[in-house]
Amino acid sequence: MREITEHDLDDIARGAAILGTGGGGDPYIGRLLALSAVREHGPVPLVPLAEVGDDAVVLPVAMMGAPTVMVEKLPSAEQVGLAARTLAGYLGKELTHIACAEAGGVNSLIPVVAAAQLGLPLVDADGMGRAFPELQMVLPTLYGIRATPMSIADEKGNRGVLDTVDNRWAERLARSATIDMGCSAMISNYAMSGGQARESLVPGTLSLCAELGALVRAARAAHEDPVARVVSRLRGRRLFSGKVVDVARRTVTGFARGEAKLTGMDGDSGSELVLRFQNEHLVAERDGVVQASVPDLICTLERESGEAVTTEGLRYGQRVTVIAAPADPRWHTPEGIALAGPRYFGYDIDPIGVAG
Amino acid sequence: MRIGIDVGGTNTDAVLLDGRQVLASVKTSTTADVTSGIVAAIDGLQRQRAFDPAAVRAVMIGTTHFINALVEAHRLAPTAAVRLSLPAGASLPPMVDWPQRLVDAVSGRSYLVHGGHEFDGRHIAELDESELRKAADDMGAAGVRSVAITSVFSPVNAEFEARAAEIIAAQLPDVAISLSHEIGRIGLLERENATVINAALRELAAHIVDGLSASVTGAGITAPLYLSQNDGTLMDVDFARRYPVATFASGPTNSMRGAAVLSGLDTCAVVDVGGTTSDVGVLRQGFPREATTDVSVAGIRTNFRMPDVLSIGIGGGSRVRGNVTVGPDSVGYELTSKALVFGGDTLTATDIAVAAGRAEIGDPALVAQLDRSLVRAALDRIAADVSDVVERMRTSAEPLPVVAVGGGSVLLPDELAGCGEVHRPENYAVANAIGAAIAQIGGEVDRVYVIEPGRREAVVDEAKQEAVDRAVAAGASPASVGIVDFDEVPIPYLPGNATRIRVKAVGDLQLGA
Repeated sequence: MREITEHDLDDIARGAAILGTGGGGDPYIGRLLALSAVREHGPVPLVPLAEVGDDAVVLPVAMMGAPTVMVEKLPSAEQVGLAARTLAGYLGKELTHIACAEAGGVNSLIPVVAAAQLGLPLVDADGMGRAFPELQMVLPTLYGIRATPMSIADEKGNRGVLDTVDNRWAERLARSATIDMGCSAMISNYAMSGGQARESLVPGTLSLCAELGALVRAARAAHEDPVARVVSRLRGRRLFSGKVVDVARRTVTGFARGEAKLTGMDGDSGSELVLRFQNEHLVAERDGVVQASVPDLICTLERESGEAVTTEGLRYGQRVTVIAAPADPRWHTPEGIALAGPRYFGYDIDPIGVAG
Repeated sequence: MRIGIDVGGTNTDAVLLDGRQVLASVKTSTTADVTSGIVAAIDGLQRQRAFDPAAVRAVMIGTTHFINALVEAHRLAPTAAVRLSLPAGASLPPMVDWPQRLVDAVSGRSYLVHGGHEFDGRHIAELDESELRKAADDMGAAGVRSVAITSVFSPVNAEFEARAAEIIAAQLPDVAISLSHEIGRIGLLERENATVINAALRELAAHIVDGLSASVTGAGITAPLYLSQNDGTLMDVDFARRYPVATFASGPTNSMRGAAVLSGLDTCAVVDVGGTTSDVGVLRQGFPREATTDVSVAGIRTNFRMPDVLSIGIGGGSRVRGNVTVGPDSVGYELTSKALVFGGDTLTATDIAVAAGRAEIGDPALVAQLDRSLVRAALDRIAADVSDVVERMRTSAEPLPVVAVGGGSVLLPDELAGCGEVHRPENYAVANAIGAAIAQIGGEVDRVYVIEPGRREAVVDEAKQEAVDRAVAAGASPASVGIVDFDEVPIPYLPGNATRIRVKAVGDLQLGA
């Protein structure tokens, strides 16, 4: 895939929702926005990370806020472009590439909208290889790349540029601004050179999303098990198949935290799996024993269709298969664990790696 | 006494009830004009069990007319969608994801206007009344006859939708106006779609409701007429004129509710076997479990209340083939000419039922020669396929009783593997009409609340009380109203515990003296 056409968007949305590990929002609105942007401006060139030149100016673009708000107050393509333009103006640099901050239903597609609107190529990479809830949780943070200056833009035309002492402060101040802007803002941050991008981003994310989406689609058409295909492609592990019997949610410090309880079916009957999440799935416990945890990916897929189920979409009675897949190895370094391991999220456990 | 009528695509079923006792039941053919089929059904009841029309206290009708009109893109009014959202939302205009065929069928026009609310009730922009007046001028010139108004976060605050309706009505007094906060839930595109569909059906609704009323009064019945809604509750005819979209899934809902009453089970799986499909739904406390995902209707994504129903292509008219498949294709309304028992040349599920001695339809001699092992294999296939769907609908390891209704339910065995005994109550063939007759009145609240510390209980109580009040306002008898559904979802990334609360209350219809 050397360019993203309107025909690729379904697959990208479906695959990105899987890598979103329960977070990242319902891709429907992102897909429609990307579709209208690509129809209006033409296909978006997709540049492999390795081919991004040293002097490139790469700008990740993302939506920040609540997916529940975004499905009501629809963003506009202009708002997406505005965030990138604002930051470029502040930096006084000519942008050359757009990138994705995270993989997730919405945030894999918002950069497609930005790239189409600005007429720039998109880098086939992202900052996480998955989705995480806070904006400092990207691999570039580990490489000392600063989140700020960052821009934030709302649909009314309000714009802001933040310059913070560290990336945690960027998260905190941007979060407050997002809420005041009506909880669905577009941001651009982690401006980086081509060299920094090659060093710090996860290569091949959009291609992987498209591939995963296509795998699920093809498996369904052939009446084969889409979940097995996904597990094999991600070199992951099937953790559990079961029905959702309880979902408890509460809001803690501005995030939706909660647990979902599943009772086992088929080979897992008699067992119970508990998923703990903060927008994204963080920990999976089978009969009280932790089976997988952040930073690795824990994904809930509809058992029959292989479609990803977001933590907001989890409902009593759904039949899902929970899978785990290894995160980018850099997340398993001590610095990576400190940034997005179980203890950061308040679980007093060491990370359980899928591979180990 | 009450009369329940279910107008399906093929059959119009009617029952006469005294309390919950079935006094008479008939099945007649649905007619193109609907009304003559209803007249025939009421006549049929009268012949079976003479009754005094004045003693009928209410007539309840479930109909598939409005959804069929949408699917067939038939008799839809020229409609305009007005969205109050600017400066937000311009990139995805109304009807952005609709099949072109339906946009054309409603001569869809759209207008984007400043307005809308934030999640917490602040204004995104002030309502621009001059923009609205200009839009109304344009609509008038274009011959628009129905208008759908949708404002961002109107389930949180509906003031802009109400004001926009006043402005448009002042300028175009003859157009029908549909407001999104009365129709759908949070999720702008889906709610707007449902509202536009509703608007497009308003003229047809007026026409059909008049026809229904006329056929009932023509039979000498003066009692009020109600239509059943997707969630198993009732609306009066005035409501039906304004909200035809609320009748869309009333068919399967009525079957399920009827099954509950007939079997005495209020938590069960219901299998409704018709001519073409079997629909499986789940009842919780006597009400159908609602679909939690968005439902596509005629290719349009919507989010109004719909029951969670899984269908498979197995019914009385299903074709049966050699080694051994049943359905999903069906001979449909041609059953009485194509099936073997009627002298036709096509092996159908009905022939299997007759050959197995489970039904007496047509001429049993015509299927006497059928290979016994084929009959056995076909019945096993049906049982296995239906059992699989029931299993998919179950939500816990707890055993869930299965109730079979509908004319084709003779195809099911007395016991389903993995599901246990199949209850086949008396009057199973007209469960849908019974479901219509016993429907209740409901009220619902779906809104984002900002919950201050220590106020959760109070806010939840407030929401529940509002749902109860709405049910009573809609005609439920206050003493009978109870909460049947409650759902609370915190909205991520917001301080102050912004939480979306959905509550549904229902009660018995308060019948006039």
